[in-house]
Amino acid sequence: MIEFLNFYLIPGLVLGSIYALGAIGVTLTFGILRFANFAHGETMTLGAFIALSLASFTGWHPFAVLPLAMALTALAVLGMDRLFFRPLRHGSTIILVIASFGLMLMVRSLVQLIWGAKLRSFNPGIQLPWVLFDSLRVFPKHVTIFCAALVLMLAVHLLLTRTRAGKAMRAMADSPDLARLTGIDTERVILTTWIVGAGLAAAAGVFLAYDTHVESQLGFKLLLPIFAAALLGGIGRPYGAMAGGLVIGLIEELSTYPWIGTEALVPPGYKTGVAFAIMVAILIWRPSGLFRGRVF
Amino acid sequence: MEQLYGIFLYGVFLLTMGGIYAVLTLGLNIQWGFTGLFNAGVAGFFAIGAYTTAIVTSAASERHLGGFGLTPAAGMVAAMITSAIIAWGVGRICIRLRADYLAIATLGIAEIFRLVLKNEAWATNGPRGISLIPKPFEQYAEPWNHIGMLLLVFAVVVVLYVLLERARRSPWGRLMAAIRENEAAARAAGKNVERLRIEAFVLGSALMGLGGALMAHHIKFIEPNAAEPISATFLVWVMLVVGGSANNRGAVFGAILIWTIWSAAEILIARLPPEWAVKSAYLRIFLVGLALQFILQRYPDGIFRERRFRSAPSSSDREHPP
Repeated sequence: MIEFLNFYLIPGLVLGSIYALGAIGVTLTFGILRFANFAHGETMTLGAFIALSLASFTGWHPFAVLPLAMALTALAVLGMDRLFFRPLRHGSTIILVIASFGLMLMVRSLVQLIWGAKLRSFNPGIQLPWVLFDSLRVFPKHVTIFCAALVLMLAVHLLLTRTRAGKAMRAMADSPDLARLTGIDTERVILTTWIVGAGLAAAAGVFLAYDTHVESQLGFKLLLPIFAAALLGGIGRPYGAMAGGLVIGLIEELSTYPWIGTEALVPPGYKTGVAFAIMVAILIWRPSGLFRGRVF
Repeated sequence: MEQLYGIFLYGVFLLTMGGIYAVLTLGLNIQWGFTGLFNAGVAGFFAIGAYTTAIVTSAASERHLGGFGLTPAAGMVAAMITSAIIAWGVGRICIRLRADYLAIATLGIAEIFRLVLKNEAWATNGPRGISLIPKPFEQYAEPWNHIGMLLLVFAVVVVLYVLLERARRSPWGRLMAAIRENEAAARAAGKNVERLRIEAFVLGSALMGLGGALMAHHIKFIEPNAAEPISATFLVWVMLVVGGSANNRGAVFGAILIWTIWSAAEILIARLPPEWAVKSAYLRIFLVGLALQFILQRYPDGIFRERRFRSAPSSSDREHPP
């Protein structure tokens, strides 16, 4: 039982909160700009590497440089939008998907060009877990990641419910034509969407890198679980994405628990396949997701 | 003389690879160009074809399944059949999905294929892959063995091109274009859209399987990460978009053009000092990506535009000559 908490439930929650942050960006771009952004994973990689450089330059804790890393990542993504997405925005959205597919490879190769393909790490040295109630082991880094993710999700909630920009975003995700008719400046909403999505993606990248390590494949490994989370929550539904992220993270970790007998239910080699399988299942049987998102 | 001979052999190798990519691009053209199906899992069907032929043609080994002793020709047919059957299964499940969703689903499915090939070591030798796959014509002396392989690939491309051109002009091909342009209208005309989309998906994937089989025989080796799946899929997409989707000539031309540029860059990179060589390999992907963006924005039709069907002559035809 205690093993279940230590090795399956807690890592599942941590991974789930990271997926949730990434999925918010995917669901917002899909809902507002109407296309599946394949480059979103690489935004996370970029954020993690920017934070790595900032942290090694200043010598500060990665969480201290996180706001700056989020801002720089957002700036980079705005540049990408200006160069590669905006010129194509008025054509068929499927062309945007091809462009984002190309951008995914471009960003990754640029990251490898600048930072190399080696594994890097934020915190050299091994963290000792806190031991609670004699047997519950909690790693401090897991607590900080989970709390920071919750703070960011709360910030998204406040943005969406308390600010004009957030309300405009929700309106656009619900019905772009109606939003335009009521005089919402769509270009500004698109700008906000990119900033929010990129900032959260950078945070997700930094959190995963802080938990494991920084590498150029980091974002691609996150991409499919995050699509799965966004689809599970329903496209254009940020709260759905948060819930979807937690669910996918938990299922991925819990799938290797020996539920039946003593063998892992899903062999560890197939762990990453679980998210894909869920995703395909959602796409087929419930494309609107659990929170009744839009289906394009 | 020695050097010239080396360049000649390299040219033969390059053209063979370009031809194999042309097979893959023709396969994607059926799916994306003709029918508008976004397959982001090209590398998955490629891998299925490559592994199928590797298993049925390679000698018995205790490291992987094998020893069926089929000839490479039979292996290629087997590769096409396996890819087609798996594509049919995938198509039955996924084909109703709209463009973006199909892209995500096929990318996920290709990842699952890769996990299976990596984990089921009893059949595939896991991450170490299958080597010593027989190559057609390898019993002949150099350079005839290489030329033989090139002619084989060339023949495959020509046959496919002729068949696909006929298919494109046939009622079937026109129906595919109709589904791509206006699915509701095709449905209203009483066409079974799901079935036709599956047909296009299966046919395209069978060609990708054939491309994978040709590659496995050409390189004599296959492993789960062969050519990095995402880059391979990406390269085939770039070939089709640059050459011109929905145009078979464009697909073949795009494949050979992009492959030539890709290989030329490799030669240049090889001449650089080692610390630069690794970096330049990344730069190469970046530049191909940039070229794709440029084509998408400036020449969205690609080099060869789609040849539209001419309707019966009417007054409007005279105003806009075809």
